[in-house]
Amino acid sequence: MAELPKLTELATQVRRDILRMVYTVQSGHPGGSLGCVEYFVALYGAVLKHRAKPFRMEGKKEDLFFLSNGHISPVWYSVLARSGYFPVAELNTFRKLNTRLQGHPTTHEGLPGVRIASGSLGQGISAAIGAALAKRLDQDDRFVFCLTGDGELQEGQCWEAIMFAAHHKVDKLIVTVDWNGQQIDGANDDVISLGNLPAKWKAFGWDVLVLENGNDLGAVIAMLRRAKRRCGKGKPVVVLMKTEMGYGVDFMQGTHKWHGKAPNQEQFEQAMAQLPTTSLGDY
Amino acid sequence: MKLQDIQSSGSKATRDGFGAGLLEAGRQNPNVVGLTADLLESLQMQHFRKEFPERFFQCGIAEANMMGIAAGLASGGKIPFTGTFANFSTGRVYDQIRQSIAYSHKNVKICASHAGLTLGEDGATHQILEDVGMMRMLPGMVVINPCDYNQTKAATLAIAEYYGPVYLRFGRPAWPVFMPENQKFEIGKAVLLAEGTDVTIFATGHLVWTSIEAAKALAAEGISCEVINIHTIKPLDETAVLDSVSKTRAVVVAEEHQRNGGLGDAIANVLVHQLPVPVEYVGVKDSFGESGKPLELLDKYGLAQKDVIWAVKDVLERKPSR
Repeated sequence: MAELPKLTELATQVRRDILRMVYTVQSGHPGGSLGCVEYFVALYGAVLKHRAKPFRMEGKKEDLFFLSNGHISPVWYSVLARSGYFPVAELNTFRKLNTRLQGHPTTHEGLPGVRIASGSLGQGISAAIGAALAKRLDQDDRFVFCLTGDGELQEGQCWEAIMFAAHHKVDKLIVTVDWNGQQIDGANDDVISLGNLPAKWKAFGWDVLVLENGNDLGAVIAMLRRAKRRCGKGKPVVVLMKTEMGYGVDFMQGTHKWHGKAPNQEQFEQAMAQLPTTSLGDY
Repeated sequence: MKLQDIQSSGSKATRDGFGAGLLEAGRQNPNVVGLTADLLESLQMQHFRKEFPERFFQCGIAEANMMGIAAGLASGGKIPFTGTFANFSTGRVYDQIRQSIAYSHKNVKICASHAGLTLGEDGATHQILEDVGMMRMLPGMVVINPCDYNQTKAATLAIAEYYGPVYLRFGRPAWPVFMPENQKFEIGKAVLLAEGTDVTIFATGHLVWTSIEAAKALAAEGISCEVINIHTIKPLDETAVLDSVSKTRAVVVAEEHQRNGGLGDAIANVLVHQLPVPVEYVGVKDSFGESGKPLELLDKYGLAQKDVIWAVKDVLERKPSR
């Protein structure tokens, strides 16, 4: 993977962006964002066949991405900006009045890269399935990716969608579950246990892949490429991706406490000290 | 047109008009696709599915997912028509519609049958009377409630040509057909059915026919009613409302819906700001329905011809003399 050093540097920069965005407005969701940095960098940097400019809503002949757990918007915004969808400087408007970078992603203000609003959980898999069906009708053989949280799987709509995709053999669809085991009120297992996730997805008729280290960039790239190769065989593909919430900042790592909380000045400085500046530069 | 010239040519269900319209829309535009949540024939979508099986998606009893899939299909350039009962098309999936369709401005047509009391024997669990209110509160949502088979068919074709989210509401029972065949349907444009001078009756859906019958009876008593069919509740044809009311200065609104949140409120909202006049509502008074035959239910809940007549007489009593 010749691109790995460059993407590793990008991942560090994305983490800096996330912390700066959330710190500046003292709101947002750093925990899940930090945990999914490798996924987004891998997806946009090494897996998706996509075009940033001009952004086309229909995305014909492109791979598409749908984010279901919209609260991790900081990581998506950073990666979209640094992939050329909109100016990096716009990250400075995150969550401020009149911004295109709303707290949760939306098409309403016309932000390039976003195809549907998300935030109210459990809706993204359905939208991704619809987009995949549109591609099938158009004989467009590109892929549709979707990221969903794990706690989000407590929403019934997810399982409606999971059942539908298997029945209708939506097999150019790759759903990834951010399996960090945490949600707002604590560990999944303390809130509502997800049980045996691989067995559940398998029982619903999906091709199930498990990624043990979703914060290892090389492993994420390899897994998403593998998932693509598994497509087109009559089954939708799911990657159950184990990550650590807050990954990359020691005191935010592995706890639900930073799900939706911004660091204070001291915490911010402590976090940034763990993330060296990069040649890409801060926004 | 004169009131006496408005005649029924027979009875057909508005949902049949939807089925016929969807088939024709499918023939006219290859991007039209259909979805249902286990109510294929209740929505009369089997004709479309038979001709375009690859463009039809059976979603099973999972309406939330159906709305999300429709939004995704729309983002890929398709024109999805979802079909289920009005209750399951709105209340059950309000958040999915709000976020994935309305806020995301997706070109989804939410087609809702069996609305209101005329669903009949299934009772209040299925007789939604709040759907128009819910849908018209959503920013950017077009809300249409056609009055007969022909208008429903024409509306179905018209919304396929319009870009943006639409709620199309229709019903279960066979109902008099009185609008012209192959009419041009203009979204947001009221239809003046009969001119009159004493009072304006604004009516939507099944109650348009009821209002015509009431106006005919009132004419025999020397009361001249202007009857206007509001098929598009949102955006409301404010010009038509104000033009008529500035002449008659008294209003009755008739709809198969709660008085709260429906067409009555939409019209009162315009009038209270621009032309305050007495208004009477013909609608359900903050109540759920129950089992029964459609006409029995309309009678019991105050949505029958007699109720329109009383409302007209009441409003005329409140109308200031010139």
